[in-house]
Amino acid sequence: MGAVAQRPADSALFEELAVPLFARLYNFACWLTQDRAAAEDLVQETYVKALKGFGTFQPGTNFRAWMYRILRNTFLTSQTGLKAAQLGPLDDQADEPGTSETPESLLLARMEQQSIQSALEELPVHFREVILLCDFEEMSYQEIAQALGIPIGTVMSRLSRARKAMRALLAEKLEGVRR
Amino acid sequence: MSCELWAGKIEAYVDNEGSREHFAAVEEHLRTCPGCARDALSRIQLKRATAAAALRYTPSRDFRLRVEKSLRKDRKSAWALAWRPALIAATAMVFVVVASTLVWTRQIETRQAIAELVDLHVATMASANPVDVVSTDRHTVKPWFQGKLPFSFNLPDLPSTQFKLLGGKVAYVDNSPAAQLLFASGKHNVSVFIAQDQPGALSTALLGGAVRDRGFNIDAWNQNGLRYVAISDTSSADIQALADLLRAAARQ
Repeated sequence: MGAVAQRPADSALFEELAVPLFARLYNFACWLTQDRAAAEDLVQETYVKALKGFGTFQPGTNFRAWMYRILRNTFLTSQTGLKAAQLGPLDDQADEPGTSETPESLLLARMEQQSIQSALEELPVHFREVILLCDFEEMSYQEIAQALGIPIGTVMSRLSRARKAMRALLAEKLEGVRR
Repeated sequence: MSCELWAGKIEAYVDNEGSREHFAAVEEHLRTCPGCARDALSRIQLKRATAAAALRYTPSRDFRLRVEKSLRKDRKSAWALAWRPALIAATAMVFVVVASTLVWTRQIETRQAIAELVDLHVATMASANPVDVVSTDRHTVKPWFQGKLPFSFNLPDLPSTQFKLLGGKVAYVDNSPAAQLLFASGKHNVSVFIAQDQPGALSTALLGGAVRDRGFNIDAWNQNGLRYVAISDTSSADIQALADLLRAAARQ
């Protein structure tokens, strides 16, 4: 990790911008790693990297997306991230057959929050993260593109596929509930 | 447009992405298509449920403190790193200022000392009675100073040299009593001031070596607790030769 020289004013600004994101970054890290200890390591490393690399951050661009990108890249190169990526191979070009069913409107009335969390956990990490960034972090497609380092069109297609997969998982759970 | 094609537009609509025209078109379609309206509603519900369910993990207080502490530590080191060049520059600047001040002060002292000695020498030359004891005999001149000065000194035997002792008088250099001896070197006269060595005296600034100022050559040295300063409009070599004779006599 190359140390980038920074001014004290940069450090103060970094703290001002980065500390408010702490809890949400940790939450996101937990979703990615599925392990609190690994999430702590991930967040810690993210902050260290971000602070050291803050000199490369372009003022006026999206700091939140920049932080999430560092966290995600750090995750992808970690042991947990490599394992997660192997479990959920990425294919943005392929499209899955669409499901015309909309079970979630029925399901949501009955399912506990835990079921949604369970479905999120079961999603491949690339689907999980794009859903979390969009629905939980309420990032725009543009921000997500920056955070994930992918084109905005890929964000849209991946998000669409992730939601289809999510709905499919929820449908399975609905079937389980019905049985 | 089929409902299949509307799906993507509805998804962007639910994510609040797109232009005002795009939103208006989607809303218009939703008003007329129950299937897509149901799809949009379920998407909104899922999005909201996901947002609620996703807030699942909260960092412990200890972990938060740990990260904040590491940030502060890095910040301190960043401060230290950032200030290091400034400190070096400031130290260098202080050194330059101090050194410059010392050099400047020394130059002022040298100029003042030269001015005082030149004044005394010129005043002596201009005087109708340049010396109070007029004698070429060192054994006359030296005893003349007894009781007039709190120190004593030796004078060289000069007959075999280019110099001739003309006499002497008591002068005040650096506010201290001094012997002012007048020597002739050809047609030039040389004043030699002998006083007690006082570290704070202005003439201390002249000890670095021979000085030339406004046509006068000056040489100063310390010996046996006394300060010798020779000044003349003669050559520096002549002054050095007389200085050597005086030094030799002082060693006797």
